[in-house]
Amino acid sequence: MTLLQPAQQVGRTPTTRHTLSVLVQDVPGVLARVAGLFSRRGFNIVSLAVGPTEQVGVSRMTVVVDVESLPLEQVVKQLNKLVNVLKIVELDAGAAVQRELLLVKVRADATTRAQVLDVVQLFRAHVVDVAPEALTIETTGEPDKIAALLRMLEPFGVRELVQSGQVALARGSRAMTDRAADRPLRSA
Amino acid sequence: MASADQRTAPRPGPRPTPPAHAQATVGQAAADRPGAAVERGEPMTGAQSLVRSLEAAQVEVVFGIPGGAILPAYDPLLDSASVRHVLVRHEQGAGHAAQGYAQATGRVGVCMATSGPGATNLVTAIADAHMDSVPMVAITGQVSSAAIGTDAFQEADIVGMTMPVTKHNFLVTDPDDIPRTIAEAFHIASTGRPGPVLVDVSKDALQARTTFLWPASLDLPGYRPTTTPHRRQVREAARLLAAAERPVLYVGGGVLKAHAADELAELVELSGAPVVTTLMARGALPDSHPSHLGMPGMHGTVAAVTALQKADLLVALGARFDDRVTGKLSSFAPDAAVIHADVDPAEIGKNRVVDVPIVGDAREVLAELVPALRAEHADGHRADLTTWWRQLDQLRRTYPLGYAEAEDGSLAPQQVITRLGEIAGPEAIYVSGVGQHQMWAAQFIGYERPGSWINSGGLGTMGFAVPAAMGAKVGDPDRVVWAVDGDGCFQMTNQELATCALNGIPIKVAVINNSSLGMVRQWQTLFYEGRYSNTDLHTGSAVAMGQRIPDFVKLAEAYGCVGLRCERPEDLDATIEAAMAVTDRPVVVDFVVHRDAMVWPMVAAGVSNDEIQYARGVSPEWDRDEETSTEDDAAPTPTGAGVAHEGEGQR
Repeated sequence: MTLLQPAQQVGRTPTTRHTLSVLVQDVPGVLARVAGLFSRRGFNIVSLAVGPTEQVGVSRMTVVVDVESLPLEQVVKQLNKLVNVLKIVELDAGAAVQRELLLVKVRADATTRAQVLDVVQLFRAHVVDVAPEALTIETTGEPDKIAALLRMLEPFGVRELVQSGQVALARGSRAMTDRAADRPLRSA
Repeated sequence: MASADQRTAPRPGPRPTPPAHAQATVGQAAADRPGAAVERGEPMTGAQSLVRSLEAAQVEVVFGIPGGAILPAYDPLLDSASVRHVLVRHEQGAGHAAQGYAQATGRVGVCMATSGPGATNLVTAIADAHMDSVPMVAITGQVSSAAIGTDAFQEADIVGMTMPVTKHNFLVTDPDDIPRTIAEAFHIASTGRPGPVLVDVSKDALQARTTFLWPASLDLPGYRPTTTPHRRQVREAARLLAAAERPVLYVGGGVLKAHAADELAELVELSGAPVVTTLMARGALPDSHPSHLGMPGMHGTVAAVTALQKADLLVALGARFDDRVTGKLSSFAPDAAVIHADVDPAEIGKNRVVDVPIVGDAREVLAELVPALRAEHADGHRADLTTWWRQLDQLRRTYPLGYAEAEDGSLAPQQVITRLGEIAGPEAIYVSGVGQHQMWAAQFIGYERPGSWINSGGLGTMGFAVPAAMGAKVGDPDRVVWAVDGDGCFQMTNQELATCALNGIPIKVAVINNSSLGMVRQWQTLFYEGRYSNTDLHTGSAVAMGQRIPDFVKLAEAYGCVGLRCERPEDLDATIEAAMAVTDRPVVVDFVVHRDAMVWPMVAAGVSNDEIQYARGVSPEWDRDEETSTEDDAAPTPTGAGVAHEGEGQR
């Protein structure tokens, strides 16, 4: 999913995928400030998810970007300059739990329903709505699992689907929000 | 309410906020202001609260124009004893005036406009302040909160529009938020890397009842500028500087913003290193100082440009490796290690890989670097710079700034600006627009003190000079303020002459009139085979061009100013003296100059700084220089060194 087109990719070396967790003050316009900064500096947002945190007034954004490491450092520094941004951490894929949510509506009549349900079970997904001609299936997981489930469901006929942006938490006991409100880091 | 402590600071005025503010933990900025937080919860309207907030922020002047949405604020403004409002003729003028005021005084400049077109007219000045890190607060009216988003009359999403060109901005729809927002706006604008902050206030918030309560502390958990440098990095910088054989101090506008000229002078004396001052830093070190090589960049001196190219160490202080300084980035200063000190961490490593990054306020960095370097010297670490200086001195001697006088006996623009600088002297403030006249003013006027040169550097805004000079004169009324303007620039904002004439702001304007968009014309001469597409402005002498539209002398008189004209070199000094003698009104001098003069030296856009041209088709003879200097060093392979350098230049 491409939310924003990169402004300048000419001559760049191949990019790698990075997941940034960004703690922000929950104030009007903060999403526009963050998203605008990415597009202005020529970065392609792969996905972006925002929601409240355990602290009142603090939201957490998970931003997935394709970018080289040097420009990434630059965008993190630019993000840190936003007055409403409290803290930024880059989550290493190996040391973080990453999840996406998928809702998909698949054609399933009396003849195919059992086969679709088999797939649902195999992937530990859930059926959340049933109609005579279709099933709506919900699952969460890492992007690979979601892609695999979709590959299996495709032959039955995908009517429509929706995916959330990726959310992620670092593994272990430490919390990013620890003292974030009173001691923000200046760089990730 | 301009407080005594701000007034007694040495020229050119105090820091954007007093040093304590820059370091302040959140809230100090507000708490230590006289009169602040004394009266608690006083009932009034949002508009009165806004004016009270400006008073509490120690604003002494606001440049602006009223209109529908901001109208409620203008009523209590009429009664304010401490905030003076200067009614400008175009909102862009209000913005540039606030910038000129800020740069002349070191305080936060304030401009005000109504919603919609009033606010959008401020955008150019806001973007300009953002590029040049000028502390400014822009206050705009907004349509009533119920009408926001309905395409109401004079509605514009100015917060959305200015998001990319402000340091931060606010939309206020609750009148209770006004004092806190204004306090935060001034704190953000003036601390860290300064910049513009916009506060958009809806009309209903201005009209509603509220209680005024100036905040005792500020709550900005996401805003903590780092001003104190890391000691270990400073020591490492000192070690490199002591050891470098070809160091250059690359001084940018951050040194002026941090009011660090004294500390810089100390470092210059101690290190003995050559110094270049960028367009934004002219005056940070006196031009008369023997270590000063002048301005680097596209129109920099050969010595300054070459020093950067051949350096083995750059000490960048509050500079940002702008493309107009570096030329083609990949071939900029190819042999140099880089120490980069800046208050904005995002500048460090943005354009050029850095060996020693230092995040901190330039004054604090310099204050620590000087003793650290002294310690290095004491330990016997001190490279001999004699060879380096011999090379640079030869470049200075061989390629000084210069110009040819016009063959037909007309005025050369460089001659006008040189004499203007000599007659008005280093105590005057020089404000320029953008183009050839700007470059000549940067080159041919000797700047001896901080705050004596104000221009639009990063954004390159034509029309900056007249309103910015007006703001500078309001901020520093005892100084002579000369706007050095071009005939193109002057026609973009000269309506503010009316503001100057009516409000007792006697600025002086030197229109360097070559009857064309001179810098564009220069590029057409050099890169478009002299095809002069749309650069003739017909403002020049009646003889040469057949037209004089407008006649700047008549225009000046129509605006209540003194209008003078000078067309011959023999009248030059007398005309400048006559302009200097006028002190009760603004003066406009139409200097009709020879139109084919070009700005030299020049590095064409996008090419390496190694390809600097001293004059058209004249390149410095690098090989001969290197041969001479290497012979002096008795080095064995002069040719080899020259070839290697060229190869790297084309990388």
